[in-house]
Amino acid sequence: MFKTSPEVGGMGHSIKRKEDLRFIQGKGNYVDDVSLPGMVYGQMVRSPYAHARLVSINVEKAKKLPGVLAVITGEDLAKANLAWMPTLSGDKQMVLATGKVLFQSQEVAFVVAEDRYAAADAADLVEVEYEELPVLVDPKKAMDPGAPLLRDDREQKDNHIFHWEVGDKAATDKAFHDAPVKTKVDAFFQRCHPAPLETCGCVADFNRATERLTVYLTSQAPHAHRTLFSLVGNIPENNIRIISPDIGGGFGNKVPIYPGYVCAVVASLTLGVPVKWIETRSENLMSTGFARDYHMTAEIAAGKDGKMTALRVKTLADHGAFNAAAQPTKFPAGLFSICSGSYDLPQAFCEVDGVYTNKAPGGIAYRCSFRVTEAAYLIERAVDVLADELKMDPAELRRKNFIPASAFPYKSPLGWTYDSGDYEVNMQKALDKIGYPQLLQEQAEKRKKGELMGIGISSFTEIVGAGPSKTFDIAGIKMFDSAEIRIHPTGKAICRMGTKSQGQGHETTYAQIVAQELGIPAADVTVEEGDTDTAPYGLGTYASRSTPTSGAATAIAARKIRDKARKIAAYLLEASEQDLEWEPGKFYVKGAPGKSKTIQEIAFAAYTNHPQGMEAGLEAVDYYDPPNLTFPFGTYIAVVDIDKGTGEIKVRRFVAVDDCGNIINPMIVEGQIHGGLTEGLAIAFMQQIDYDENGNVQGGTFMDYLLPTAVETPNWETDKTVTPSPHHPFGAKGIGESPNVGSPAAFVNAVVDALSHLGVKHIDMPITPWKVWNILKEKGLTG
Amino acid sequence: MAKKQHVQVTINGRSREALVEPRTLLVHFIREVPGLTGTHVGCDTSNCGACTVILDGKTVKSCTMFAVQADGAEIMTVEGLIKDGQLHPLQQGFKEEHGLQCGFCTPGMLMSACALLSKNPNPSEQDIRWGISGNLCRCTGYQNIVKAVQFAAKKMSESKTVAQGGSK
Amino acid sequence: MIPAAFEYLRPKTIPEAVALLQQHGNEAKIMSGGQSLIPMMKLRLARPGYIIDINRISGLSYIKEEGGFLKIGGLTREAEVEASAVVRSKYPILIETASVIADPQVRNLATVGGNLAHGDPANDHGATMIALAAQIVATGAKGERVIPIEQFFVTLFTTSLQQDEILTEIRVPIPPPRSGGAYFKLERKVGDFATAAVAVQLTLDGAGAVQKAGMGLTNVGAVPIKARKAEDFLRGKKPDAATIAQAAQLAADDAEPSSDLRGPAEYKKGLVKELAKRALSSAVERAGK
Repeated sequence: MFKTSPEVGGMGHSIKRKEDLRFIQGKGNYVDDVSLPGMVYGQMVRSPYAHARLVSINVEKAKKLPGVLAVITGEDLAKANLAWMPTLSGDKQMVLATGKVLFQSQEVAFVVAEDRYAAADAADLVEVEYEELPVLVDPKKAMDPGAPLLRDDREQKDNHIFHWEVGDKAATDKAFHDAPVKTKVDAFFQRCHPAPLETCGCVADFNRATERLTVYLTSQAPHAHRTLFSLVGNIPENNIRIISPDIGGGFGNKVPIYPGYVCAVVASLTLGVPVKWIETRSENLMSTGFARDYHMTAEIAAGKDGKMTALRVKTLADHGAFNAAAQPTKFPAGLFSICSGSYDLPQAFCEVDGVYTNKAPGGIAYRCSFRVTEAAYLIERAVDVLADELKMDPAELRRKNFIPASAFPYKSPLGWTYDSGDYEVNMQKALDKIGYPQLLQEQAEKRKKGELMGIGISSFTEIVGAGPSKTFDIAGIKMFDSAEIRIHPTGKAICRMGTKSQGQGHETTYAQIVAQELGIPAADVTVEEGDTDTAPYGLGTYASRSTPTSGAATAIAARKIRDKARKIAAYLLEASEQDLEWEPGKFYVKGAPGKSKTIQEIAFAAYTNHPQGMEAGLEAVDYYDPPNLTFPFGTYIAVVDIDKGTGEIKVRRFVAVDDCGNIINPMIVEGQIHGGLTEGLAIAFMQQIDYDENGNVQGGTFMDYLLPTAVETPNWETDKTVTPSPHHPFGAKGIGESPNVGSPAAFVNAVVDALSHLGVKHIDMPITPWKVWNILKEKGLTG
Repeated sequence: MAKKQHVQVTINGRSREALVEPRTLLVHFIREVPGLTGTHVGCDTSNCGACTVILDGKTVKSCTMFAVQADGAEIMTVEGLIKDGQLHPLQQGFKEEHGLQCGFCTPGMLMSACALLSKNPNPSEQDIRWGISGNLCRCTGYQNIVKAVQFAAKKMSESKTVAQGGSK
Repeated sequence: MIPAAFEYLRPKTIPEAVALLQQHGNEAKIMSGGQSLIPMMKLRLARPGYIIDINRISGLSYIKEEGGFLKIGGLTREAEVEASAVVRSKYPILIETASVIADPQVRNLATVGGNLAHGDPANDHGATMIALAAQIVATGAKGERVIPIEQFFVTLFTTSLQQDEILTEIRVPIPPPRSGGAYFKLERKVGDFATAAVAVQLTLDGAGAVQKAGMGLTNVGAVPIKARKAEDFLRGKKPDAATIAQAAQLAADDAEPSSDLRGPAEYKKGLVKELAKRALSSAVERAGK
């Protein structure tokens, strides 16, 4: 790969972000910043009950309040066949409740008023009568005979959503039968929430004069949303424009289509004015796409020497009231089958059952590439449990079982072909960086004094970049992605991609890809995303897919441009194409470097002096169908100290050695890792969306759904190894989710390690101080 | 409806006034009356700090204050940091040190950091972390925000030294 | 997110404010910092018809030592307490309390008076004022009256302030020599209320035995709790490790926590014991200086 100069800023340069200029001046354009003439406001009315029959809704008082323009109910939507809408998982969900409500905070009515204050007052005046029904919150009871039936709208009259399995069950069972060592761990990955700092919302603007519907939308996938709005709402797709402006964080929360969007669109279509709907934080936490809620069991079969022979996984997936999970159609449990992890397992079998409960709907991919966090957490916990059983060092056990570097591309027993990896080297780097042998020594000494200190390793393999069209589609739309590049006469460029950044720095990184491929300085390359009228079709940004898909498309499109540029250069230099050499920014005649044309000169010529018979202009578009997913990996090591008196856990150090293949912008990659590790810390120690037995949400505001501040967050020590992806145009893999995927296990392994000499084998997350204290109290250690 | 009240505030040096309901939150006044949308709303329980502005020299959460309370006050929002087209050292620091990703918490962070540095021009890392403990960020993990503030502190002390003719 | 409508009143003097309270009765609520009141109003858990904003009343914000007391005006902001030279040098327990209330922005507006008058057992100043044996000065239609802190907290969100009274001053007896105090709070994260917290103020005699002991507990009951058993136990004893441990256990015995999202009751009791130990040790160390 060529090395570009810092002025050009291609691959590997930590150039400062181009998008920062507007954000640091407070001039970002987020959805709630959009203000259109005549705009009105919508507010949801929501159910206080988790399961209840909707007896009556009386909107008269609300309608009479001055400033109120409309109150929409499920009955109103039903007339237009919109009371229900399809989910991205082949299920359907209520837009506004008809018949009954199925989770606390479910949408029941939509009030539209001239300002948000009047809308809030009107929402209070909507009178709803409910008849409570028995509540189901324990997914383990969902399949019991006599469990309340949640979805009487389905033909199938039970709470079972799907059963999915992969792997060779018979061979796995046999391996277990034959194995001298068998371990088992029940690991619950609690329900949590992506909670981006900006909540979800939209401004739906139906213009009666043009018959076009423009929706400013917090959307990580604007094109897919446009198509779905068109199909569900029966609006011609050319008359819909989705604009995803600046998005204040997504993390998967902004992939689904929410009832608020649909209601705002309906209201705008009905009233002919722009309708803004912005949810509050409580609404966001209580009703939008939650993540995880996987009850998992992993068993490992191994020899006495620690060589693993089989993995058996069984999982119960709690999807809430509707299966609104946004994931590839053929994978109801996402990419959970990456749960064989970084290990060379001869056999594995994995099964997942999804059930309904009276909780918020979903199961989205929260910075986890479709259930990969659940999978990585499970295998890394299971490996530590095995290490504990064998009294073997956890690093040593991993080393023994890693897929060797020579085995790639590696076909896993659960059907994936890992593109590349070098786990041993990566783990060793982490062990060296943290000073592993010294820490072990320190731990031994501390144990003698009764002090509690733990070291936790997580060596994870991720699977991102969905995905090849052969197997991947969301709601039927294949998961390719796109890039369109156009070079102007003066050598500057504009690009548009089918992805949508929510903070990942695409305006900079995509420009750097163009800079790398064409030698045009990144500063001269404008990158736009998010406007479906101008950007080529794409499936959006989530599951760490932008670099693997649109990034690849950008490189390929740039190379198409370079091919045409070569022809123009040959014409200008009066040489044959084969006699030209390329280096970033120019073509030169072999052996005569003085005879050259810069890309800028070529661009100018494309409009002013192009060869006869050739089309003018210099642009290309590419729709990239990835041949495979990519497999970033890494090793995280956490060191924790436990305060015996209070149960508090302090993260003393955390080393992260990531491998995402070739890196576009090291500064941006590092930033992603900092952020993801902080989310992992919060999940491991602080966060849970829980429900009491009546289905009341516990932790539905930031008072109880805890986000770490700068004080709780430690300094993260980051490093890398580089193992390029052999199938990606520039060897990159994607990084955004690795830190959230790999870190929970590191934290939990560390705490369990701190207490393992006391007989502790596993603690479910969130590992709060009181959970630790309870354990210590039981062992008489709290003093 | 409650009687509307007249509110006059000076925001970033410009006088702004309007007749508002007493319950109008200051953040909504700022975003809607002069249309300064740099100040953001990130939660509904006063936990996130995205709405932080500087009022009469002190940081406040503008979502936890009524506009009527602020009558007569001098307010600085993020839009007031830039002077004559020159970025404030904090703004430079956030860009140089990659102290932002999605940008949503950034205005509030800048305000808290600005107030911190005016009280404590040479803060330790711990001082900075405590100083921004009322501002949540989901993207950065705070590490580069700390570096951004350190960058600004250094730059501001350097220019003070220059202004004082090199003497301390 | 949006409060219900209310009328806004901004009196210029205390008598004016008191008169408004009388006029509007239970429909009116005093607003000082507003950092507890406004969030409740935004969730529509509180819907006062009238807000009486006392923030522009002059002469209510001060910190001064006078007549044997540290006198803190009701409208004094937590940030002002943190920055006060006299508090920093002589009352570390107050610094430790003020600095863990919420976060920097909230502390710029939240007042000491408001923190106490709200009557929330989760608010931090209650336990500390109990430990300091402080007095509350309430001003109402009938003038001023002084309420010992022991009589101030009645039950959840209820103090002994009458409907027409405003908390105008807090008086902390200036501690004699050989005194020390500390506030230890455990919270799930910065900005949270205490899972549990303990305030201790001790005075030692010439021989190093405890002459005076005050101990308050935060968020482990319907009101901030005075750990009487522990206080009585400590009096007259040398505060060695064993004595401290026993006193800490007695403090835990006085705690009546509920199980909630911050933890089970048993944990909170255990925390009280542990934090009491640490607070006592710190107070003893400071008293010895």
